[in-house]
Amino acid sequence: MAINTEKNSYTVIFAVVMVVVVGLLLSGISQVLKPNIDANKRAEKQKNILYAMGVNENQGANDVVFVSDDILQEKFDTYITEQFYLQGGEKVDDPEAYLIDIKKEKKKAEDPSYDQKLPLFKGTKDGKDLYVMPVRGKGLWDAIWGFVAVDETMTIQGVFFDHKGETPGLGAEIKQRYFMDDFEGESFLDDGQFEGIAVAKGNNDPKNEDKSDNEVDALAGATITGDGLATMLRKDVQKYVPFFKSLQN
Amino acid sequence: MGLLSRKDANLILDPLADNNPITIQVLGICSALAITAKLVPSVVMAVSVIFVLGVGNVIISLMRNIIPSKIRIIVQLIVVATLVIIVDQVLKAFSYELSKELSVFIGLIITNCIIMGRFEAFALGNGPWKSFLDGIGNALGYGLILVVVGFFRELFGSGTLFGIEIFGNPVEKSGLYAYGYENNGFMVLPPMALIVVGIIIWVQRSRNKDLIEEN
Repeated sequence: MAINTEKNSYTVIFAVVMVVVVGLLLSGISQVLKPNIDANKRAEKQKNILYAMGVNENQGANDVVFVSDDILQEKFDTYITEQFYLQGGEKVDDPEAYLIDIKKEKKKAEDPSYDQKLPLFKGTKDGKDLYVMPVRGKGLWDAIWGFVAVDETMTIQGVFFDHKGETPGLGAEIKQRYFMDDFEGESFLDDGQFEGIAVAKGNNDPKNEDKSDNEVDALAGATITGDGLATMLRKDVQKYVPFFKSLQN
Repeated sequence: MGLLSRKDANLILDPLADNNPITIQVLGICSALAITAKLVPSVVMAVSVIFVLGVGNVIISLMRNIIPSKIRIIVQLIVVATLVIIVDQVLKAFSYELSKELSVFIGLIITNCIIMGRFEAFALGNGPWKSFLDGIGNALGYGLILVVVGFFRELFGSGTLFGIEIFGNPVEKSGLYAYGYENNGFMVLPPMALIVVGIIIWVQRSRNKDLIEEN
């Protein structure tokens, strides 16, 4: 072949052809795999919600094991009895409220004329009504998010946290069992007023036996992740307070 | 060797030991440190790199006569990036939990110096079959070290192998833990991977004096 590969015109044509070919190939693959990836993302949300409610397959003391895939849908349908979202004080039923994208809702809510949709999942476990709220905030490096299960007095029954890119061994520990378990029994309210939950250093309660102090013990070396987590809980859960107030009456 | 000529076989065998990309050329260290705390991600990373480097080397080798030399590095980058995106998408579709665990490191394959190094040093100047063998060999050499490091770090850091408890259960104090054995938390942290790699290099060089550079 007598192609002069050093010519500028050849270089440009080569680059263009290559980019087009690669672009087509990748978009094709992405289209083929998309249904699978979406199904995995849905399953992950369902698992996280169930985990926050205490429905999991934990065995050892440090396990974080989700409900397995084959019984996931069945468990989800059993435990989650009602899905809806709150918008401008109205309760709107939506059987797939768990698919609402919190990130997008928050973006839309930057426009003050838009009322953010607040998804809420009502479930029953051991005869007790639970409400699971999604939360989303910022850690040190990137997004952190989670699900918080409370009873009607806004006392936490279980949580699940996850993160995109916190430091392994430090901030990434928010998804460890020993941290998440600390939240159980803590209340978002203090004397009936919304207080939130602080992730506090040196609170003289490292074993977290005092459940009325609105505090859990912080992770060493993860101050900013912890603060971000506390802010996330305060800001996002506060939006639900009117709903829980209305439950009391 | 019936299947492979002696020269071809060396393409695969050399990088496994005397020309290992990690311990001799000291390439690809960053990913070796990051993902070897457990065996499962080590094995997956090794398999992914075998795929990317094997296929990538063949593609580059097939295109070696038509790639304009002015933009060859960018072309190599596009080939790696494409293959890595494919690996990432396939993992997300069929092994979601694992893809979450490996998260950014799959993307980091793109910057793995072994891959660009083999493209530039070998595939641009050799035919597809040889390039394929060279890619597989180097990726295997890389994977071998990953698995060895992962083995020691998981065994002594978490007391497990592939998630199976070897030394008993640390919480219930069964097995070895009943006698006061404790997991070494330092093993799980990245610096320990560097130390383990260092020990492997030391062992390898003291067994084969030819590898020691003269000063």
